[in-house]
Amino acid sequence: MTLDFSVVTDAWQSLAFGALGTLFLAIAGMSIATVIGVLGVAILRAQMRVPSFLVTAFVEVIRNTPFLVQIYFIFFALPLAGVRLNPTITAILALGLNGGAYAIEIIRGGVESIPTGQTEAGLALGLHKHEVFRFIVLKPAIRAIYPSLSSQFILLTLTTSICTSISAYELTSVGQRIEAETFRSFETYFTLTGIYLVISLATMWLLAEIGRRAFNYPQR
Amino acid sequence: MTHPNETKTAQPMVMMRDVEKYYGTFHALKNINLTVAKGEKIVLCGPSGSGKSTLIRCINALEVSHGGEIVVAGHSLHNDQKAIDAVRRVVGMVFQQFNLFPHKTVLENCILAPMRVRKLSRAEAEATARKYLERVRIGDQADKYPAQLSGGQQQRVAIARALCMEPKAMLFDEPTSALDPEMVKEVLDTMVSLARDGMTMICVTHEMGFARQVADRVIFMADGEIVEENDPENFFRAPKHQRTRAFLGEILAHH
Repeated sequence: MTLDFSVVTDAWQSLAFGALGTLFLAIAGMSIATVIGVLGVAILRAQMRVPSFLVTAFVEVIRNTPFLVQIYFIFFALPLAGVRLNPTITAILALGLNGGAYAIEIIRGGVESIPTGQTEAGLALGLHKHEVFRFIVLKPAIRAIYPSLSSQFILLTLTTSICTSISAYELTSVGQRIEAETFRSFETYFTLTGIYLVISLATMWLLAEIGRRAFNYPQR
Repeated sequence: MTHPNETKTAQPMVMMRDVEKYYGTFHALKNINLTVAKGEKIVLCGPSGSGKSTLIRCINALEVSHGGEIVVAGHSLHNDQKAIDAVRRVVGMVFQQFNLFPHKTVLENCILAPMRVRKLSRAEAEATARKYLERVRIGDQADKYPAQLSGGQQQRVAIARALCMEPKAMLFDEPTSALDPEMVKEVLDTMVSLARDGMTMICVTHEMGFARQVADRVIFMADGEIVEENDPENFFRAPKHQRTRAFLGEILAHH
């Protein structure tokens, strides 16, 4: 077998844009997932029956169905209900909802790990429950589970490759096009593997750096 | 005719009448009757599990009582959020475990509630915070994080944090029990100076020296009941009940 990497080096611009597309989907997905995670836990903490049930149901549905089906559902089923989204928006939404469900579970664990004394001190100072959550509990809770949240987000970054199934613009779809045009499967996917590895490591570094800056207070 | 201010000063700071409290089937407080006048200093003591912490936590509604009536600074606590807010607004609390917020500096710990609850501006809240941090002699640590302070310093910050709300009364829940012995004095000194300034104080503590020094009344609890109360002089010299004597015997044996 002779290897010919010129097919990928010739396509370096497409690959670079694909990588940027992947990174964009990942960062947008993580942002939405974080917002959903925090809001979801805030709703669960408010202990109102119907909203809590809806959040729990959302988490269970997402965590017990495949991502591919979720993204197809948004892309193919929602238009029947009159909601038509372009592939990139669909991909971001699907990644955000999926990551958000896992983020709710993870952040909830963090909130539960915060000693009740913290909440009591806030209440005794006259703060309301929602203020206690926002100003006192949230940051230490996220710090406590930040490593788990980071691994979940790395997973989210790699999951972006599934978005190729609805032709969202990202790295895997670029790779598939190169392979289809050149029939150089090994060279193409070998290169993709390398690029995904780099993206993954860069995301890991980025998340670690965000964590280092956001949680810079000393703990005993 | 009574002047409106006179009726106000005559009103007790805390009034508990026939208060009951259950944890499931466990009867934690039994028929508690207690009146604390403005400016009065009360020390609550008793064996662990006797209900002292539960009692003071009912005063600022961290615990919900199941019978009887609690009136604090004129507000009747009936589980309605307005009354609870009003009470917490005027009653400060210091905890055994300090409960400082680890992600906030000393100064940030002290300004959060004044800004959110008292609606002070940041500048006003910081000025207030610096004043009370000076007062507990820890003004130079304002920019440190709780984890960088010793236990005694942390508890003094917790006292300052409560004072920043300019409360009318302070609850202390075993404020020195989690401290290393050499740090107990700095916290007690702060509490003594607070007492000298006329603060209404209800302290759960086993520091009998503190009780002798500042308490107007010492209350002994056991099994969820108030067993005995007296002025410190008579409480220590001539305890009436066998349980009080046994408790004091154990507590004072090593002093």
